[in-house]
Amino acid sequence: MTYMRRPSVVHPGLPHNDLGLSARDYEGGISTLCAGCGHDSVTSALVQTLFELNIPPHRVAKLSGIGCSSKTPAYFASASHGFNSVHGRMPSVATGANSVNRDLHYIGVSGDGDSLSIGFGQLCHAIRRNVNMLYVIDNNGVYGLTKGQFSASADVGTTAKKGEVNIQPPIDACLTALTMGCTFVARSFSGDKQQLVPLLKAGLTHKGFALIDIVSPCVTFNDHLGSTKSYDFTRQHYHPTIHTDFIPPAEEITVSSEDGDTISVELHDGSRVVLKKTDEQYDPTDRNSAYAYLQKHTAAQEVVTGLLFIDEAKPDMHETHMVVEQPLIDIDFDTLCPRRSALEKIQNRFR
Amino acid sequence: MQKKTVSQPTDTTNPDYYHRVVDCQWACPAHTDVPGYIRLIAQGEYSDAYQLNRHSNIFPGILGRVCDRPCEPACRRSRIEDKPVAICRLKRIAADLTDMNDVQLPEIAPANGKRIACVGAGCASLALANDLLPLGYEVVIFEALDRSGGLMRTNIPSFRLPPEVLDQEIGMIIGMGADIHFDHPVESMKTLLEEGYDAIFVGSGAPKGKNLELPGRYDSDRIHIGIDWLESVAFEHTESIGERVLIIGVGNTAMDCCRTSLRLGSTDVKVMARKPRAFFKASDWELEDAEEENVEIIVNHSPKAFVIEDGKLAGMIFELMEYQLDSAGRIESSTVTGETMIPCDDVVLAIGQDNAFPWIERDQGIEFDQWEVPVVDPVTHQGTRAGVFFGGDAAFGPKNIIWAVEHGHQAAISIHKYCHGEDITDRLPMGMNLNSAKMGIHEWSFSNSYDSGKRIPVPQVQLSERFKQLNIEVELGFSPELAAEEVERCLNCDLQTVFTENLCIECDACIDVCPVKCLTITEAGTEDDLRTRLSAPAENLEQGLLISGALPQTGRVMIKDEDLCVHCSLCAERCPTAAWDMQKFTLLKPCAGDESVSEPIRQSGA
Repeated sequence: MTYMRRPSVVHPGLPHNDLGLSARDYEGGISTLCAGCGHDSVTSALVQTLFELNIPPHRVAKLSGIGCSSKTPAYFASASHGFNSVHGRMPSVATGANSVNRDLHYIGVSGDGDSLSIGFGQLCHAIRRNVNMLYVIDNNGVYGLTKGQFSASADVGTTAKKGEVNIQPPIDACLTALTMGCTFVARSFSGDKQQLVPLLKAGLTHKGFALIDIVSPCVTFNDHLGSTKSYDFTRQHYHPTIHTDFIPPAEEITVSSEDGDTISVELHDGSRVVLKKTDEQYDPTDRNSAYAYLQKHTAAQEVVTGLLFIDEAKPDMHETHMVVEQPLIDIDFDTLCPRRSALEKIQNRFR
Repeated sequence: MQKKTVSQPTDTTNPDYYHRVVDCQWACPAHTDVPGYIRLIAQGEYSDAYQLNRHSNIFPGILGRVCDRPCEPACRRSRIEDKPVAICRLKRIAADLTDMNDVQLPEIAPANGKRIACVGAGCASLALANDLLPLGYEVVIFEALDRSGGLMRTNIPSFRLPPEVLDQEIGMIIGMGADIHFDHPVESMKTLLEEGYDAIFVGSGAPKGKNLELPGRYDSDRIHIGIDWLESVAFEHTESIGERVLIIGVGNTAMDCCRTSLRLGSTDVKVMARKPRAFFKASDWELEDAEEENVEIIVNHSPKAFVIEDGKLAGMIFELMEYQLDSAGRIESSTVTGETMIPCDDVVLAIGQDNAFPWIERDQGIEFDQWEVPVVDPVTHQGTRAGVFFGGDAAFGPKNIIWAVEHGHQAAISIHKYCHGEDITDRLPMGMNLNSAKMGIHEWSFSNSYDSGKRIPVPQVQLSERFKQLNIEVELGFSPELAAEEVERCLNCDLQTVFTENLCIECDACIDVCPVKCLTITEAGTEDDLRTRLSAPAENLEQGLLISGALPQTGRVMIKDEDLCVHCSLCAERCPTAAWDMQKFTLLKPCAGDESVSEPIRQSGA
């Protein structure tokens, strides 16, 4: 960790976005995570994402639970809203917040412990409801805050720092999400921002629950020989299966149509994701085939990355429940809180 | 697939690479360890700061007042915000607060029997004497005037450089045993050569002010040559000047002339410039100082004739100029749009100066070029006759004090080799030391946090008080309190970010934390190609890219653009494997008498 504040000095040639902000305006406090933690790279990718999407910081809500990962919302977009919830309960808080104000951009940052152990049920139900949010899992396979015990995502055969071998089968966040009906499933690596930033942009723009499982090595407890979530192992077994480009609404797609393996999916705001397959057999719009492909390659210890599945058609929570379109804060008090007489009217219907 | 041309990793074993990162030190002709002495001032170690300065530039007190400061325009701080660190004036406070009796001078070796003659007791000769006296040489200095210092004393007015400061610092050198002969102009090189010196050093400056041959030039005695006039003021031969004075030229001498005029009784001083402001030769700060004293600078006036009425100087006629500039701001053509007469009582010509060697016979094997400048080797400083060396303005035309000092150092190396029968072209290369500055997990042996303070102006005597006497020093110098604030603006560019590629695990921590986005990990390529795909634009080609070898995990390379790094150490603090380390760079610059450069100490990040 670092005590020193990051100097306020700005590179004079740093670009500015449509709002006149530089990427540095999306930064937060200095990270107190271990030096070299993958989570800091994810934070940095989120800074880049918000900057490039021209999102005003005050239109973002950052939500998290408990864990190293869940500290990271403090390290980006300090001008945004934030809620640090009880361990594993971030999906419920996000669901609640989203229910009353659908206009904010929701970013949940969680870890493999927070999401796949204590908050597993919460995660499943948020997916099932298709809450419109970006849900990031900083996945390092260990409980870093409690000195590196195996988490629920640790692979069979992976070793702890002191040499113990894990024998429990892991929970795969992406396979789970596919099963639960998730409408945007991606996997990436903290060490590959070229892939990660477009995925985060697509996930934040996607209408519905966008889960990105990010292999984010724990330098202190899980970056050794024998670990399957180390920088080195991830790089050696890295398979960028789907190359993702995010194209904002105003920009033209420059990918040539002759490329048969290119799929373009339009998102609700007019932007597009252009997916280039590196493997012909793969179809990121077919849930069953995505599931089968992922399972087969994961079994072979391949880290399959990219936008694994996308379904832009499924209604999100608000559509399903026919919730009023305005955020509750914009509805005048009388409409929001009808008098006692309105309650009596409803009750009378049941008498 | 076409094979990409891949750039070689940067050779950081060449001291030039890290030296260039220390912009101020690289820009200083004498390569003074600027960040080093600024840190000593920060610690209150003024004498040590003085000593470190003296090692390179010999005259910290003098240069702390009147140096041309090539270091300041180079300062990295001016690329980060608008103003550089006040390097020059920090040098002065080190001198102000040092007891000159405590200055440690080198021990004098027993006489080696070699005798060196120096022509002129200016900065170049004194620098040479400073280097050669401790080695046991007998140094004989011949000075035409009755006091030492050369142009430092005659051409720099006392309100900028008090004579006491000159006396102190020159006295230190003379005190080491120089044999100085005043009122002893050398009138014949031939005679001097016959006197049997082992080597001769010519440091006679560029004593001839340029003239302006215009109608009426010789019809009045109120038209002065700038440097001659300044000299006669310094020697108190001239004590007054007319009320209305025109200074022709806008170099630093012109600034000294106009400010001196104000102190000798003139009330209306105009500096006449032929060209627009962008083409002025004077340093910005000297222009500012003059303008603060209400000197008027008039541009686009080209002198045409002196107006003499009744045998008296009445004024000068100028042509009004208009210039057509090209897209790069250079003058393409000029047109005369009219004429004007500006009345005046005196004119001072400050349009440059030339070397003059009427005393060197042309049959002594010392060659001169078409401009009557001696042919001098730029490295060894030897003329075309073996054993005769040149330095300061006498060598390559007018430069400035700090260049003259460096010429003295280099000529001393040559003379030392020459006198020992060694090849003077076989010179030691620059060396360097790199020492880790790591003191603990978050502790460095320097103040690494960025201070956003603005440049602190040097306190000055009030305008109303300044003109009462010629020798009231205008600048008061920093107080220790102000200096303590100003030193924090230094970015410690000599604390190098040293990268050890085989330790890197490519976690991106350094790239993510860098406040000025100067780091990138990317595929290898040529430098031109790499410059297009960095985290932030890298457009300053004066500063290098640190390009690593292939990184262990992916074979990509780490790139650091040195241009805007603020040396905050966050990359090294956030590096989990200490692949980045902050290491203090010390330039090992060979001096006369150095037998060898010590082996560079290189520490890996581990």
